[in-house]
Amino acid sequence: MTEGSTARIYGLHIAVVAVLVALNFVLPEYHHAVLARVLVLAVFAMGYNLLFGYAGLLSLGHAMFFAAGLYGAGLPLYHLGWGIAAAFASGMAAGFVVSAVVGLLALRTTGVAFMIVTMMFAQVFYLVTLYFGEWTRGDEGLVLPQQARRIVFGGTALDLTDPTTRYLLAVSLFAAALFATLAVVRSRHGRVLVAIRENEERTRMLGYDTFANKLAAVVTSGVICAAAGAAYALLFGYVGATFASVQYSILPLLWVLLGGAATTLGPLIGTLFMYYAVDIASGYTSAYMLVVGVMLILLVLFFRRGVLGTVRERWARWLP
Amino acid sequence: MSAVLTVARLDCFYGEVQVLHGLDLELRKGEVLCLLGRNGAGKTTTLKAIMGLVRAQAGSIRLGERELTQLPAHEVPRAGVAYVPQGRRLFAELTVAENIEIGLMARGKGVSTREAVLDLFPVLRERLKQRSGTLSGGEQQMLAMARALCIEPEVLLLDEPTEGLMPSIIARIRETVGRLRGLGVSTILVEQRVDAVLPVADRVAFIENGRNRETVDVARLREDPALIRRYVGVG
Repeated sequence: MTEGSTARIYGLHIAVVAVLVALNFVLPEYHHAVLARVLVLAVFAMGYNLLFGYAGLLSLGHAMFFAAGLYGAGLPLYHLGWGIAAAFASGMAAGFVVSAVVGLLALRTTGVAFMIVTMMFAQVFYLVTLYFGEWTRGDEGLVLPQQARRIVFGGTALDLTDPTTRYLLAVSLFAAALFATLAVVRSRHGRVLVAIRENEERTRMLGYDTFANKLAAVVTSGVICAAAGAAYALLFGYVGATFASVQYSILPLLWVLLGGAATTLGPLIGTLFMYYAVDIASGYTSAYMLVVGVMLILLVLFFRRGVLGTVRERWARWLP
Repeated sequence: MSAVLTVARLDCFYGEVQVLHGLDLELRKGEVLCLLGRNGAGKTTTLKAIMGLVRAQAGSIRLGERELTQLPAHEVPRAGVAYVPQGRRLFAELTVAENIEIGLMARGKGVSTREAVLDLFPVLRERLKQRSGTLSGGEQQMLAMARALCIEPEVLLLDEPTEGLMPSIIARIRETVGRLRGLGVSTILVEQRVDAVLPVADRVAFIENGRNRETVDVARLREDPALIRRYVGVG
């Protein structure tokens, strides 16, 4: 990697974050709220992309990691009265523990078996959230009280229900996840993950512990997804079992495929596109999923590697 | 000459089927040892067993004083054994430079190793930014060897490196193997083609039914071609 391309890469990523910050001052109220939600979900997709795009491990259980963060943050805040910072840390810790345990067990399998095993774990997690309905209120979910979603820094109160605060915190989380992902994929570990995706046995024959690298990828991915889940609970005040359902394991896969697997900015593009496609189409017809489906087919036909994947392939090989 | 790698009484199985039956082998410092034998004789399995890809049920494989059979597969390259499998198996989506970089990172090697490896395969210098999956067969073979050499191995295992290549490329690969001998790298070469072996090998081990029937100097083989006919069926 030359110094020139490094400068270009960091320049592009900083510019994207700067645009997102600037949008805070120009976006209408409705889009302000939508974009905050999209940014948090894009972080979820970024976590998924690390495992699927870079390491080549197709999981159908990532709703479990998002929900681990969601419940890990929401339950102690709701039931135990924890503060926001402690709840957020608790959500990430939950993601760490769940992903480490699932990774240790699921990585004994590969390919389709890995996909099925992760889906089974996620279903177990989903059923557990329903089983303990007394605490989680199952599908109905919990609405976190507004007064609990405030944090005080040296006399200054930060209200997470305030749209501007919420948006800027969503941008902050997105920026942190984006640069963390960029650091990972450009590190030695990130390059080994790509080698594993291309040919695991060959990578092992060069002297790399592929299991350890894959486990690290599952845990990093799980923690990023859990951070998104925890942020979702705290910023939008809702914790429900829907987020642990299989639908939320498939959505990040779609977002990543659309935006471009193994591209750092692809998850944002994919999430943004899907969210607005559903939003706009549903304004015109109740058969909005049909419209979205046609759009997806067209995208797959003309952007086989997703939007940014195609851009990288054709015009910008330097894109990470 | 001292032995770098010693395989003694090695038994290996694929499931219930025994493939290697008490195989013995000795690779000396700086030599090129060729394994010859018919299809299914156990040549590739021998290389895989050395790399830990097929577990030894009995016997030993020693690199110097270090026993390899107890190591996890990914530790074997770190101990100093590099393997270029049949079919090359590059990281096809990565560029030539990225393939080499992955090789260098494995044992923390730097620019000097990279340059030394590229000096061995100058054609790769012109292809550094090219996706490795788009290289010609000969270039892919050179890249596979280059990547393996990035870990600066003591022992190099080559499984049919000339398979499907043009004579001019075969000659270049043969020449490179000869140069590696000069650099002190000991090589085990698996080949089907006797004519590809004789110009470069120091000794030949005839593998038959998972056993090393006989190891002979190439000079003796030239004097007694009947040996080749007996074990390989050609010559």
